Amino acid sequence: MSSHPSPTTTLNVALRAAPLNSGAPRKQRTPIRPARILLHTFLVVTALAWLAPLLWAMLAAMRPYAETSAKGYVSWPDKLSFDNFINAFQQSDMLHYFGTTLLIAVPAVLLTLLLSSMVAFYVSRFDFRVNLFLLLVFTAGNLLPQQVIITPLYRLYLLIDLPGITMSGKLYDSALGLVLIHVAFQSGFCAFVLSNYMRSLPHELTEAALVDGASVWRLYWQIVLPLCKPAMAALATLLSIWIYNDFFWAIVLISTGENMPITSALNNLSGQYFTDPNLVAAGALLTAVPTLIVYFALQRQFVSGLTLGANKG
Amino acid sequence: MTATPAKAPEPATSPAPGPAPTSPTAKAPHGHRRLLTRRDRVTLGLMAGVPTILHVALVWLTALASIALAFTTWDGIGFDSITWVGLQNFRELFTSNPQFWPAVEHNVIWFVVLILLPTPFGLFLAVQLDKKIRFSRVYQTAFFLPVVMSLAVIGFVWQLIYNPDTGLINSLIGANKPGHYIDWIGDPDLNLWAILIAASWRHAGYMMILYLAGLKSVDPALREASALDGASEWQTFKNVVFPTLRPTNTVVLVVTIIEALRAFDLVFVFNKGAQGTELLSILVTNNIIGESSRIGYGSAIAVVLLVISLAVIIPYLIATFRKERRA
Repeated sequence: MSSHPSPTTTLNVALRAAPLNSGAPRKQRTPIRPARILLHTFLVVTALAWLAPLLWAMLAAMRPYAETSAKGYVSWPDKLSFDNFINAFQQSDMLHYFGTTLLIAVPAVLLTLLLSSMVAFYVSRFDFRVNLFLLLVFTAGNLLPQQVIITPLYRLYLLIDLPGITMSGKLYDSALGLVLIHVAFQSGFCAFVLSNYMRSLPHELTEAALVDGASVWRLYWQIVLPLCKPAMAALATLLSIWIYNDFFWAIVLISTGENMPITSALNNLSGQYFTDPNLVAAGALLTAVPTLIVYFALQRQFVSGLTLGANKG
Repeated sequence: MTATPAKAPEPATSPAPGPAPTSPTAKAPHGHRRLLTRRDRVTLGLMAGVPTILHVALVWLTALASIALAFTTWDGIGFDSITWVGLQNFRELFTSNPQFWPAVEHNVIWFVVLILLPTPFGLFLAVQLDKKIRFSRVYQTAFFLPVVMSLAVIGFVWQLIYNPDTGLINSLIGANKPGHYIDWIGDPDLNLWAILIAASWRHAGYMMILYLAGLKSVDPALREASALDGASEWQTFKNVVFPTLRPTNTVVLVVTIIEALRAFDLVFVFNKGAQGTELLSILVTNNIIGESSRIGYGSAIAVVLLVISLAVIIPYLIATFRKERRA
């Protein structure tokens, strides 16, 4: 256990590694050798096998139920269409659930980044005694399994009355409740990553400004934070996907179906409205679309974020 | 936001991947501190205080509350009904709960399978993709796609494969007719393994990315020297590359243990942790959203989970932070 990479190193590596993944043509391209052909064959076959479950779901989603029930699922499709996607989208009021998800994910991501960057600024730029301990508390908290804290949290959420602030009148069954636990839980990870990032910024930057009489807030907001953009972008991508994909918190802390974010709503809907597996497949794939869009658009940030936070479960 | 990060920042790219450049920091802060006005101190206090209160209140105080509740019985209605029962919950858990030991065993199996199958496979893929081949990014994307998707969605996708009536496997092998069913989801001897295949499918891509990042930090000169010495590809990997991956291996080990302890979503979507797929996380959750709301008892299971987790997390973090401070 003694040799963990300095997380700063991991970050450097990750950010430098990113452009290498982009498939830019290299100067000395290896000549075609049998070994290469074998390797490509292996990779093509494995990659297809890896995609097979998703392609199978896609095929099922594009076939009408009547056809698959008559001919069986392993059969040549007569007709492929997006009808199931349209039906799933409309029948389950998916737009509404995308909305509830946005209402949770957007504030949660922004707040997590704001709060964790403040903690990171504090522990990385000033030499207070508690710094190391503070960072340890944050990081360890993020590594705990969620079930360790859920029972008291659930009770706490039921106890806290917020009449007029949330629809349910409590922290329980409210978007606010989910935002708070996402922020509290994820800020541990982000504080760790950002503090390492901030520590790698030259100290002269802030020292000079401090001597010139700049306030601590200005140091943070106008000097340090703008320099952290790459790390923040990576974390924002990662957080959006994690929070969007969250299933557990929403399943336990939300009771009204309508208030659920989409991932957990799907679980409810699949029993209530979706009558056939093809429709469920379409619904599940539709649910994954936003994460896939974010991933393809911001692939580099996502991957670098994941590797810079290699201690994340 | 999207355009700027593409140019990697100078502070992150320029230093060698050696120790973090913190050496000039050591003495500076004393000067810093004298410069802080009272207002600055208040600002700093709030900047650290607000997030800390939120995190500690919702994560650590609730974890402590779990410990406290584990020694009580409580029906959840009013605080008056909380009764101290000492170790009774634990005694009952260890001796008479028929689900507890299977759940522990399944968590262990989960870890063993993840570390023995998808982890080496992820490493293998990473080594292959690190060979500067064409279409590397296309392959990476294929392997990595499952990691981006919600585990709940993955659960739905794999049900299309495992469903006894309409699933891919049974349709292919002709086991979808009455009398011939293979019930991948319902059979307690099969379902855990079926779910673990789905979990491994996702885990391999995750491990591949971690190892790819680790491999980028291997000094190419080492590899060249090894090749010049006439070492075969396997020898180079075994004697040169793999030893330098030690830090990545540590991270991979910790990530995998934590994944195994956290495992929940897939199982919940598959069959709610019934018959053959019990996990500690599922037992805790069933005490909240299931019919039986035995808070003290559920908390006792959570404490078991907490103790195992901390046994992994604390040594790992201490080692990490000690290294950091020395750097």
